[in-house]
Amino acid sequence: MKILTGNDLKSGAVTWWAGNGWSLHVEDAVDVGTDAETILAREEAARRVVSGYAIDAEKTADGVRPAHIKDRIRAVGPTVRLDLSLKPADPAAGNWVI
Amino acid sequence: MVEVQLRFRDDDAVADPAVTVDAFGDQTNAAAVRIEPGDDARDLLPHLERIRLVEVNFPSFGDGRGYSAARILREAGYTGELRAVGDVAVDQLHAMRRCGFDAFAPEHPLDPAHTERAFATWPEVYQATTDDRTPIWKLRHG
Amino acid sequence: MYKYDQYDQAMVDARVAEFRDQVRRRLDGTLPEDKFRPLRLMNGLYLQLHAYMLRVAVPYGTLSSAQMRVLGDIADKYDRGYGHFTTRQNIQYNWIKLEDAPDILADLAKVEMHAIQTSGNCIRNISSDQYAGATADELIDPRPYAELLRQWSSFHPEFSYLPRKFKIAVIASATDRAAMRLHDIGIEIVRNEQGEIGAAFYVGGGMGRTPMIAPCINAFVPLDQLITYSEACLRVYNRYGRRDNKYKARIKILVHELGKDEYTRQVEAEFAHLLSQGIEPPLAELERIKVQFADPAFETGLPDSVDRSDPDFAVWVDRNTAAHRVPGYAIVTISLKPVGGIPGDATADQIRLMADLAKEYSFDELRVTHAQNIVLPHVRKADLYALWTKLDEAGLSTANLDTIGDIIACPGLDYCSLANARSIPVAQKISERFAGREAEIGELKLKISGCINACGHHHAGHIGILGVDRKGTENYQLLLGGSEGADTSLGQITGPGFDEDGIVGAIEKATEVYLANKQGEERFLDTYRRVGMAPFKEAIYG
Ligand code: SF4
Repeated sequence: MKILTGNDLKSGAVTWWAGNGWSLHVEDAVDVGTDAETILAREEAARRVVSGYAIDAEKTADGVRPAHIKDRIRAVGPTVRLDLSLKPADPAAGNWVI
Repeated sequence: MVEVQLRFRDDDAVADPAVTVDAFGDQTNAAAVRIEPGDDARDLLPHLERIRLVEVNFPSFGDGRGYSAARILREAGYTGELRAVGDVAVDQLHAMRRCGFDAFAPEHPLDPAHTERAFATWPEVYQATTDDRTPIWKLRHG
Repeated sequence: MYKYDQYDQAMVDARVAEFRDQVRRRLDGTLPEDKFRPLRLMNGLYLQLHAYMLRVAVPYGTLSSAQMRVLGDIADKYDRGYGHFTTRQNIQYNWIKLEDAPDILADLAKVEMHAIQTSGNCIRNISSDQYAGATADELIDPRPYAELLRQWSSFHPEFSYLPRKFKIAVIASATDRAAMRLHDIGIEIVRNEQGEIGAAFYVGGGMGRTPMIAPCINAFVPLDQLITYSEACLRVYNRYGRRDNKYKARIKILVHELGKDEYTRQVEAEFAHLLSQGIEPPLAELERIKVQFADPAFETGLPDSVDRSDPDFAVWVDRNTAAHRVPGYAIVTISLKPVGGIPGDATADQIRLMADLAKEYSFDELRVTHAQNIVLPHVRKADLYALWTKLDEAGLSTANLDTIGDIIACPGLDYCSLANARSIPVAQKISERFAGREAEIGELKLKISGCINACGHHHAGHIGILGVDRKGTENYQLLLGGSEGADTSLGQITGPGFDEDGIVGAIEKATEVYLANKQGEERFLDTYRRVGMAPFKEAIYG
């Protein structure tokens, strides 16, 4: 699947396109098919996202999994500071990245 | 031609179309010349008396060669109009002015409120250039 | 330390106002991202993997206690309770909100600090020797010259849109602690045969994709021509540096392609012209700055010995202190490399504690080192034990300076959007694997970069590690034999890369080769230089 990610313009937080807005959670990401450019152009113009781009991902039993490690790290947070990640209580979060 | 939006001179604007640096050397009567980023401003130095307008083109604001071109001309004593054209944004105006530009023809017109603020941003300056501002070190030591 | 006068203060205040206006225009839609990006970068604001990152300038690595304290407070107030000291003697925060950035700059301006030109294609924050003003091996304190250059390079009207970033280092000691020859311009303050002080200019060094050691283009520039000469070096670069390819845009490529002699000829011609332009501040300005770097009130007649009865303390004294030029004092390096920790990271509390300790024990002064540690430059030897005790309680007493555990590591793929691989987990594994073997292995500078940009200085490590992307997985290349001191050299790649565990194993083998071949007092680097790559290669791949 193709999903969209970027950063929230004001806070800089990593966000994922969830179909009707941006979510902090990669699990909410939806397949945008061939609409990536249209959505990104509209959302960047509306200043809801900055530095947006489309990536490959797959739907797994654990949810949406970006194809590249860089985007998996973006989804979780720094692997060396999982206490600051979105799932600080999940000791397996680091393994999911790799 | 893009309109000159800001001009800090009292003389009449030169209406002649600006020719390229290459063409300029052969055209003994041309009074206006246009410098592209890759041109050597020093090629113009033998002809300064007859030049009344130099346009320095900034095809992209990130290409800073035009700042050096402007200073080189002013340091050589050029007193005619020095016009920045192309991708000129409000946040570059102050530095351009300090390098000797005294006219601006941005391809996208600038908001006058913003330009006014841009020129008023810096209370003092650290460096000496050919403009009339006194650098901080001179203020300190007279 | 340098104190701002009303002019310096007015300039940083103006910068805060300017950036506040730029952020406002970005948020209200007047300024699109492609135009805003270079402006925010010139204020040290990046968009990184997880958020905005703000890099704050620490000019020539020198800080007062009050400034250090504010750095801790910013970590708490606007970030997530920590900061990261960088290989360019700065500090960066990883979780900044765009909306907060102007307020942070305003807080910094209150203590004479800023984030001016800590990124972007302009002249960056100027680095220097972390032992400046304290070490016995320097000719003179290099920082006044760095401050003179700081003012000249701040908001320079001609040089804000250079082909690429531009880094300057200023030192005044033959023991180069600032990797001077790996900068775009390295300046060494020297004395000539007539006994006059001047500046030797080394131009065109750098790491990154094409590492180069800067050649000396002028062995003696008089002090009253320092700014003019720098301006000439920059103007030639601004005009002729390549702009067609970002990887070939650094001045090292220009110097390399023109040849050192032709580049020098052009600089000298520009210099001759600029000498008539009156752009050089008078020597009185240098004197004004120098006065502010005068010695603190050192005491005389202090005991020069240290009570070494506590063995842990004695190890730390041997490892982490250096000779001071005044009897009875020592230079202390606080390692930010605890075993298994994140190199260069410090919590807000640790930052404030170091500020307090500097106030109590080091005449109010601290330094940031390019090896991502903190220095207290002027500590009475009689106070070392008390200082060590307090550091120990805060987890800051790791005795590993310049050993294998004192790893330089860039943020890598855990934070950096340009990274190919993570650096920090590799550093953590190595530091854990070799903990306790500092005395046995001795001086060994290990440096890790998460991509070819080489922020972790891997080319200059006795052992260097470079993270690469091999078909979507992290892979690590190993380099041996780099150095950044007076004997600068570039490391050589051993061969095929490794995964994360493999690289740790390979380093273990390299240290075994060293220990087996070591003669006398040889360091790892000395042995490598004597025996060459072959035995290492054989052990690692054989
Ligand atoms: S070396 Fe590469 S990965 Fe490391 S901080 Fe620099 S750009 Fe980022």
